[in-house]
Amino acid sequence: MSEKYHNFIIFAPHSTNDIVNHKHTQKMKILVCISKSPDTTSKIAFTDNNTKFDETGVQYIVNPYDEWYALVRGLELKEAMGGTVTTITVGTAADDPTIRKALAIGADDAVRIDAEAKDAYFVAKQIAEYAKDQGFDLILTGKETIDYNGSQVAGMIAADLDLPFLSLASKLDVAGTTATLELDITGGTKVVKAELPAVVSCAKGMAEQRIPNMRGIMAARTKPLNVVAPAGVEELTSFASYSTPDAKSECKYVDPSNMDELVQLLHNEAKAI
Amino acid sequence: MSVLVYVETTNGKVAKNGFEAVFYGKKVADKFGGDVVAVTSGSADDSALAELGNYGASKVLVNKGLNDADDSQTAKLVQAAADKTGANIIVFSHDLIGKAVAPRVSAALKAGLVSGAIDAPSDENGFTCKVNVFSGKAFGFVNVKTATRIISLLPNSFKPESGGSPAAVEAFDCDCGAARVSVVETKTQDGEIPLPEAELVVSAGRGLKGPENWGMIEDLAKELGAATACSRPVADIGWRPHHEHVGQTGVAIRPNLYIAVGISGAIQHLAGVNGSKVIVVINTDAEAPFFKAADYGVVGDAFEVVPKLVEAVKKFKASNN
Ligand SMILES: Cc1cc2nc3c(=O)[nH]c(=O)nc-3n(C[C@H](O)[C@H](O)[C@H](O)COP(=O)(O)OP(=O)(O)OC[C@H]3O[C@@H](n4cnc5c(N)ncnc54)[C@H](O)[C@@H]3O)c2cc1C
Repeated sequence: MSEKYHNFIIFAPHSTNDIVNHKHTQKMKILVCISKSPDTTSKIAFTDNNTKFDETGVQYIVNPYDEWYALVRGLELKEAMGGTVTTITVGTAADDPTIRKALAIGADDAVRIDAEAKDAYFVAKQIAEYAKDQGFDLILTGKETIDYNGSQVAGMIAADLDLPFLSLASKLDVAGTTATLELDITGGTKVVKAELPAVVSCAKGMAEQRIPNMRGIMAARTKPLNVVAPAGVEELTSFASYSTPDAKSECKYVDPSNMDELVQLLHNEAKAI
Repeated sequence: MSVLVYVETTNGKVAKNGFEAVFYGKKVADKFGGDVVAVTSGSADDSALAELGNYGASKVLVNKGLNDADDSQTAKLVQAAADKTGANIIVFSHDLIGKAVAPRVSAALKAGLVSGAIDAPSDENGFTCKVNVFSGKAFGFVNVKTATRIISLLPNSFKPESGGSPAAVEAFDCDCGAARVSVVETKTQDGEIPLPEAELVVSAGRGLKGPENWGMIEDLAKELGAATACSRPVADIGWRPHHEHVGQTGVAIRPNLYIAVGISGAIQHLAGVNGSKVIVVINTDAEAPFFKAADYGVVGDAFEVVPKLVEAVKKFKASNN
């Protein structure tokens, strides 16, 4: 072995040098919450006297907000600063294909809390319980799931761990231990700063969707997926039943040359203007 | 026993969603008993806050020392007010602040949260409330099992009517802890109507061919006093800003009137807009799926139809004045 090679080893990224300078080269330990949701084209129907979502023929995907924004931004931060991206899901073995998809996109490892997700509080408590002594710098979620649209889990995790919660972020940058974010607010955006660790719910603008490549898909098969037993938590709410909207009445067509008629209909009949 | 309503104030005024939430709170109180107390922070003047009484609040608690509150400070404010008033029902608006704060309060109080309520709760099985699920493709009835219940109300679900008398405004100082999130800058689009609050929305899609053609959409929106929106590909290509993207993966809205121009009506688009009370579709293709969800349809070229519609609205406004 040449001298040169030894020198290279000594100055490899894990040298003491690096630890001294860790403010500048701080590695990010990131947890991304991943949920499955029915494919956006799924037919939404219910069974058992309208008390259960009818899964017949439904394809599950990674909830788009979790995948496109939270996961990809987590990966980008890791790529820029070093560190790890772990995903966490509260669910049964039926969730494993969507978890593998997240691993294929680039997460390092995955955790599945082995329980049926009952309500948002149940899910948030499980995640908080797992995360509390793991030293994550960032916990990322999508802004909502496209099935129950609750926007509840992230805020509840933040409350449980007593961390700042940055809700509906469309931008997230980290320098040292400070995060700078752009949050959606009514009629605009707000630029804010917070010290890590923090919980962030991610909205559009945060990142661009990544399509997993063959190498990612192959690698995902052997990446660790740790199944963890759930903590004892009581849910606070449940869905008693569901219904679907009444069918729309027939569309009334208006001649394209007669926009006065449309305006009159909107005023007199629809009372919309 | 009372119903506590969190109300947001901006630039010294009560936000539109605040009036809606108080009006809704009164409906809840009429059903479950107690009176309605509103809580807020910041520098709105007392006369603006007293107006909440006209919508059903008997009292308004205001922490004037708390400005630029972050999510955990606002949560502590609401918790302190709930403690003081003995509230067993807490109402938020399901807007950007409600989404940040209501889950925090829910977890801290171990009180079940109904998010995005579109109707008043019923006493079925104790407490059950209707919400949108599957991005508006269905409704769910959420049963809350805890003694304290939290509801966040989907904006535009109720049109508040005033009737009562001004509310008493009371200073409410409580320790909300230090802010951990500091505001560097706030950017608002002046003069524009925020999309989630808008009652009228004019939206356009890829059928418009390019961003240079949005002038007529903006004209129509201006004449109607409407907000503008767009389909996802239009925001993705950068023809329009991201915050205008409506649909399953964008903003979900439920205005009184939604006018869709050059949008095909894909299932993911419909999911975010089918809560609109009246839908008008303008499209060259008579087979476009959007017509199935429309109340009024115009099969025609947007470049001819929209300018005509702008003129018709102008004429209508002139004759109505
Ligand atoms: C997971 C997922 C999530 C999605 N989420 C969303 C979402 O949240 N929101 C969303 O909008 N989409 C979403 N989409 C995309 C959606 O499937 C459609 O591709 C998109 O809505 C189409 O946009 P568009 O109607 O503007 O364009 P197109 O489908 O290209 O339609 C253009 C329409 O314009 C009409 N047209 C053309 N010329 C004229 C003219 N001169 N005058 C009048 N009409 C004209 C055409 O007939 C056509 O109907 C999602 C897709 C996926 C897979």
